[in-house]
Amino acid sequence: MSLVKTPLLSASDVLKKNKRIRLIAAISLVLPALLLLYYFLVPIADFFIYELFGLTSGTHLAESLHFFIYDTLKILILLFLISSLMGVVNAYFPVERLRVYLATKKMYGLQYLFASFFGAVTPFCSCSSIPLFIGFVNGGIPLGVTFSFLITSPLVNEVAVAMFLGLFGVKATLIYAGSGILLGALGGFFLGKLKLDRYLSDWVKQIQTNSAQVSQQWEAEKTAFIDRLPGIISEGWNIVRKVLVYVLIGIAIGAAMHGFVPENFFTGYLSADKWYAVPLAVILAVPMYANAAGIVPVIQVFVAKGVPLGTAIAFMMAVVGLSLPEATLLKKVMTWKLIGIFFGTISVFIVLLGYLFNLIL
Amino acid sequence: MDYKDLKPGKMELLVLGTGCPKCKALDKAVNELVAELDLQANVRKVEDIMEIMQFGVMRTPALVVNGKVVVSGRIPNKTELTSFLTR
Repeated sequence: MSLVKTPLLSASDVLKKNKRIRLIAAISLVLPALLLLYYFLVPIADFFIYELFGLTSGTHLAESLHFFIYDTLKILILLFLISSLMGVVNAYFPVERLRVYLATKKMYGLQYLFASFFGAVTPFCSCSSIPLFIGFVNGGIPLGVTFSFLITSPLVNEVAVAMFLGLFGVKATLIYAGSGILLGALGGFFLGKLKLDRYLSDWVKQIQTNSAQVSQQWEAEKTAFIDRLPGIISEGWNIVRKVLVYVLIGIAIGAAMHGFVPENFFTGYLSADKWYAVPLAVILAVPMYANAAGIVPVIQVFVAKGVPLGTAIAFMMAVVGLSLPEATLLKKVMTWKLIGIFFGTISVFIVLLGYLFNLIL
Repeated sequence: MDYKDLKPGKMELLVLGTGCPKCKALDKAVNELVAELDLQANVRKVEDIMEIMQFGVMRTPALVVNGKVVVSGRIPNKTELTSFLTR
């Protein structure tokens, strides 16, 4: 802050100031309201089911409806808050600096973890994954480190985290995100050791040989945080709107199963002592292209009805982390052979992770 | 990019993006603003990843004004966009 007296505010400055005040007022009203709503969700859902609809507690229909209303509201609130938070992180995440850092500093293996973590905090948009991949390669970052980023980027994203948090709680969410980041780091390390550079597309190889330690900077962000906030929040809201239909469908299926599928229904087929359960879950999941928003509520019911959490997490990771549309996108930068190796490695790692969790959880 | 054949004073605007919804939104916003402000400008949407990479952009969508990247990874609001196009 400068101590120099500011001249009279111009009309546009006043307008800007009013806008800021209105924004701060709106946030300080809406945020507590959302948190209050979140806190009192159970009584609110109770009111709807038992008072308004007049259903009897304990019936299948009442149970399913309660699950539907409660979980939908809870997840939408979480999704909105987390997406906005991720938006703020992302707006200020110094990608360019990270790239220079990863390429120039010796970090004794930690660079895999950094790249993997970076993949987790960037909001997943398949269209940004490829430019980032090329940008990394172009910046002289080893392929293995780049893979670490590429593995975690779809695996740990704001939608998956919000869904997990809402349906499984904090502990399972931390396990999911933590193991996802670890998986990215280890997977990237392993793939880096395989020396796969020759299987990149020709034009990417060319970029790689011409790679320079780019430190090119364009104009630094000048817009103030408070002025960027509306854009970030509306972006968060956009994410909610985009996945809303998947959330509703997923929770509706989950709710229906919740009320009507008998307890321990899956235990017979998919319990932890069946060795084939985890690989089977992963194999089934790879061709499945489901939005994290749609799949988590269904998985939650699986777990509630006797499927071990490790198997469920492996299934979930394979669904969001490995998908055919992603493979087609990667085709632009890799040969099919490399895509095969990439997917194969991650699948094996996910299976191992599933076994591990079934053992320790 | 070759700018030699352009008339002086005519802006060259490139919207970089591989075709995601955000990139389309930026393209639309730029086109609308150019029309609204009645600017002398060529707007082109660049979807080819190789061409996008020539600008060193790692996050799409991005906007390039006369060969210079002014914003990347997000859609600027109208005030910002106006300042990019009118200086």
